[in-house]
Amino acid sequence: MVINAPRQTSHLKREILIRLIKAFYTDDFGENARLIPYQMRPKDFEAPYRCCVYKERAILRDRTIAGLGLSIEETDDSIHMAELAKKVLDREQPEEHPLTVLQTACKGCVPSRIYVTDLCQGCVARPCVNTCKFGAISVKNGKSVIDPDKCKNCGMCAQVCPYQAITKIIVPCESACPVGAIAKDENGHAKIDFEKCISCGKCVSACPFGAVHEKSQIIDVLKNIKAGKKVIAMVAPAMFGQLPCSPKQLKAAIQQLGFADVYEVAQGADITTQNEAKEFEERLVKGEEFMTTSCCAGYNELVDKHIPELKPFRSDTKTPLYYTAEIVKKEHPDAVTVFFSPCVAKRREALKTDTVDYVLNYEEIGAWFIAMNIKVEDCAESEFKTESSAEARNYAVTGGVAKAVKTLIPEEIPVYPVVVDGLNKQSIRDLKKYAKNGVCELGNLIEVMACTGGCLGGNATVNAFKPALKQLTNYVNESKSLKEPDEAAESK
Amino acid sequence: MDKKISVKVCLGTTCFVMGSANLQELIDTVPAKYGDKVEVSGVPCLGLCSIDWEFSKAPYVKVDDEVIKEATVEKVLKAIDERLK
Ligand code: SF4
Ligand code: SF4
Ligand code: FES
Repeated sequence: MVINAPRQTSHLKREILIRLIKAFYTDDFGENARLIPYQMRPKDFEAPYRCCVYKERAILRDRTIAGLGLSIEETDDSIHMAELAKKVLDREQPEEHPLTVLQTACKGCVPSRIYVTDLCQGCVARPCVNTCKFGAISVKNGKSVIDPDKCKNCGMCAQVCPYQAITKIIVPCESACPVGAIAKDENGHAKIDFEKCISCGKCVSACPFGAVHEKSQIIDVLKNIKAGKKVIAMVAPAMFGQLPCSPKQLKAAIQQLGFADVYEVAQGADITTQNEAKEFEERLVKGEEFMTTSCCAGYNELVDKHIPELKPFRSDTKTPLYYTAEIVKKEHPDAVTVFFSPCVAKRREALKTDTVDYVLNYEEIGAWFIAMNIKVEDCAESEFKTESSAEARNYAVTGGVAKAVKTLIPEEIPVYPVVVDGLNKQSIRDLKKYAKNGVCELGNLIEVMACTGGCLGGNATVNAFKPALKQLTNYVNESKSLKEPDEAAESK
Repeated sequence: MDKKISVKVCLGTTCFVMGSANLQELIDTVPAKYGDKVEVSGVPCLGLCSIDWEFSKAPYVKVDDEVIKEATVEKVLKAIDERLK
């Protein structure tokens, strides 16, 4: 399976972010933000994707609106960009729901349905007609025809056709969503039901038109830096596999953006590991059958919204981000904290955590470096004040959290880690089953990651999965293990 | 023997963020496909991105002297094939 497949749509989103950041640093932010679509699609430009430059500009304007952190659906076309830019400069808090859909892009994407292709031979057996429980198929002029009013989209006919002449057309966002939170409405526009949405970001990655956008908080962060506030970056472990530089160079590069200091979230992960190991031991001694981890924000939303019966089994330990932000605010009560995140889900967690002020993802950070012409690979090195463990830095890789927790559990307690590597309909069914039966037959320490591959597979990462894994693993290997050095060497 | 074709995948910050992260696979797949006829490597900033608004055309790959803008795996392989004809 391919994680983080190359996406042309990311190019567009990143280009807009870069232009927006550059616009912010000019004398007239509003006007220069307004000009972005015109600069990207000047007069006489041949429209590469749509019918004409005008339509493309309209779409680019909508993407710019998401870059400003506003809802595309709720923003009227007629409002002047300068007015929107002002609104963003004045706001105190990011918007509640982190996603917004560019619905005009959905037009070209066919609704999910069952479709009979030219391969239909109008055969004598007609298994399709016989299989359909709803009587939706009949044969006309020697070909199968589906009555859309009767068809329930079950796909049984597609399975039985010996010529494989019937296919199910899928809507990428709908089929990627593990909880059925996004669907096309009667106008063919995708709509997210935020009551159900767990902010996993899978629709963002799946949509071939790049229609689902994260509402960026980049302007909010830039504004605070420009105002001379003490802005502190908290960098999740996954970040160290994202850019062509060493971790210490990355720290220096982030400082060049105007951040007062940079903390590794691995520092908080070391606390999570300790607390979770203690908690696991207590729970097992009490006779509980299993415990799940609680560091993935997408998983936490899944449990809260869809599997409340799993709550008693989820560890009460806080996330690495929580502990890190707590430390930062204690050491710098006047700081504005910004979390550097690989995914959308953490935006929701941040909103619920008082100590985390803003979230930026890796696309946004990358765009920011480009806008400021900072070449991370040429930066000098800057040391982190606190050394984090190898295990903590490995949290970003699927299996890494369970492995870290296991390291600190005394030998007499039996630990059998189970890794849920990515949420999908099947893994959600499995989790529900464990909650219902009160036991998981595969093990007792269940690590759940919403993204396949762990945080390195997050929707807002920049690097491809394999090289990111290699880069992060190098960092992990040069870090000190929680175990005794000789033991650590043995288990490698 | 003919001169080897040289392929330089820019792995500078701009190109990396704009998509050459996904071109790194070429560094493994090209030698596997073309053997020693092609020499491929990841290189630091080619200096093409900082001119004006040219970041928007990143990532860049150089196949001999030809500059490929908005490079994709397919575009690069096509350029190599052209040369081997
Ligand atoms: S995949 Fe979903 S969001 Fe993307 S264009 Fe199709 S309907 Fe819209
Ligand atoms: S973010 Fe995840 S849960 Fe929400 S609509 Fe998209 S795919 Fe569904
Ligand atoms: S980073 Fe590729 S040309 Fe500058």
